Amino acid sequence: MEKKRREFLLKTAQGAALAACGGLIWSHLLRQEASASTLALRPPGALTEDDFAAQCIKCGQCANACPYDTLKMATAGSDMPIGTPYFEPRKVPCYMCPDIPCVPPCPTGALSHSLKDINKARMGLAVIDEENCLSWLGLRCEVCYRVCPVKGKAITVENHPRKISKHAMFVPLVHAEHCTGCGLCEQACPTQEAAIRIINPSLVQGKIGEHYRLGWTREDEITQDFAAGAPTAPAQAANPTVAPKEAPGMDTLNKGIDY
Amino acid sequence: MHAQVQPPEEIRPERVVRLYTPPATITGRLWSWRYLILRRFTQLGILAMFFGTARYGWEVAGQPLLTGNLSASEFLGVIPMADPFAVLQQLLTFHVLDKEVLIGAAIILVFYALIGGRAFCGWVCPVNLVTDAAAWLRAKLRMPDFCNLSRNVRMWALFLSLVLSALLGVAAFEWVSPISMLHREVVFGAGLGLTAILGIFLFDLLVVKHGWCGHLCPLGAFYCLAGCATQLRVRFEDRTCTRCVECVRVCPEPHVLNFKQAADKGMVSSGDCTNCGRCITICPEDSLSFDLKPLIKQHNLNASQQARRPA
Repeated sequence: MEKKRREFLLKTAQGAALAACGGLIWSHLLRQEASASTLALRPPGALTEDDFAAQCIKCGQCANACPYDTLKMATAGSDMPIGTPYFEPRKVPCYMCPDIPCVPPCPTGALSHSLKDINKARMGLAVIDEENCLSWLGLRCEVCYRVCPVKGKAITVENHPRKISKHAMFVPLVHAEHCTGCGLCEQACPTQEAAIRIINPSLVQGKIGEHYRLGWTREDEITQDFAAGAPTAPAQAANPTVAPKEAPGMDTLNKGIDY
Repeated sequence: MHAQVQPPEEIRPERVVRLYTPPATITGRLWSWRYLILRRFTQLGILAMFFGTARYGWEVAGQPLLTGNLSASEFLGVIPMADPFAVLQQLLTFHVLDKEVLIGAAIILVFYALIGGRAFCGWVCPVNLVTDAAAWLRAKLRMPDFCNLSRNVRMWALFLSLVLSALLGVAAFEWVSPISMLHREVVFGAGLGLTAILGIFLFDLLVVKHGWCGHLCPLGAFYCLAGCATQLRVRFEDRTCTRCVECVRVCPEPHVLNFKQAADKGMVSSGDCTNCGRCITICPEDSLSFDLKPLIKQHNLNASQQARRPA
């Protein structure tokens, strides 16, 4: 009896040790697969990368529904997370169908069904390589601006002084606020390698943080800190006769500007 | 019937043990392969429907025939289906899933709970095509086992996939599953996942007999558990069985053909049985057949009453 119990305990310990070793290798594999997630451009309405990785069941119904064969399913061994849908804009961009046919078939909600307006999709963000952009080099191109489906908003063309002549340059600028990441610009870019590319915003986008204030924009006209009666502004509380507009940062510097 | 002249179990006379002889006629052969042919038909047919819908846009009445793959799909735009094991892993990552996939998983779970959990393994899973080919070649080559592997390993694998899903926040088995790689790459385009399938083939052929399906696969283990209450089982007729063990020889999960247990219950009761039907067609005495559990119970009752009456 004692011997049997000992044998059982040993066997269990052996099994558990083997499972733990297997689990370590297995989890390493999983983390490696999941770490490639930020390289993939997802269909419209995709949740944030972590949630998408957890919820996508890799059934490919979004890819089946795509009328342009934009969406591909990552095969094993590719540099995309295995089995998940992605697209390569240089090959086939997203043509931004107004009815968004790829989202409703998603059975798990990895593609959010609340996306109703394709212009609100954020599949990625166009980024310009200014050193290799024809327009930035001084040629007339602006192809990206012309093919952009969110024309005049996601990509604008701005005047830019040129060093060697009196002629101005017309350079494209991307505005993340409106860019859906559809990739029509990347596909259309005439350079040998696209000088405008769609990238996961988390790889390129910065964030200024809460503590900077753009005092000259209307939205930032007055901030909570300096609003009258705000508990964090003791100077104001002590001297209630000071008008809010004359609070620090809103003083003589800005006088004469009509808000 | 024979039952009336059968003496009680203990002193039953020796019966002539006949081994299986393949039928001489073509039709006889085909009939003896009926479950094999049907299984290949369902396995390849389901893959073909997925492939045709993805590649050629097959439709019936304006609705896509069968869109998706074995992980999740929709039949005719109405009936959702989903792999309950994949959904279970996803739920363990603490994410709220849409109800469509939950309904789909419930449909599939109930379906296999009724017709035999591992019927998936024998009748639907595309890896079965590969492992059956390996097993066939292995038998031809009389390949010896390289090492012993406990069949419980798959239970550990099942346990691990659930634990890792919760810890890492992704469906742990779904992300490395060679099964999913196979059907996905058949439906949506080939990639390196097929090397994983080659690996399974070689493992089954050279290392362990029925190595993947019988020992390692956590999805198989999941369906072992899911099919415990199945209503469709292989009925076992103890009175006609000569213990020639032809059935055990062809069974991919031979431990389920435990004659003592089968004689007691009148059927193959283990959840590990894949309902593949190999044993049924090879039995020279026709002692095995598919039947529904309630009918098996009734049958056993009748048989025991008949056996008692003349004595």
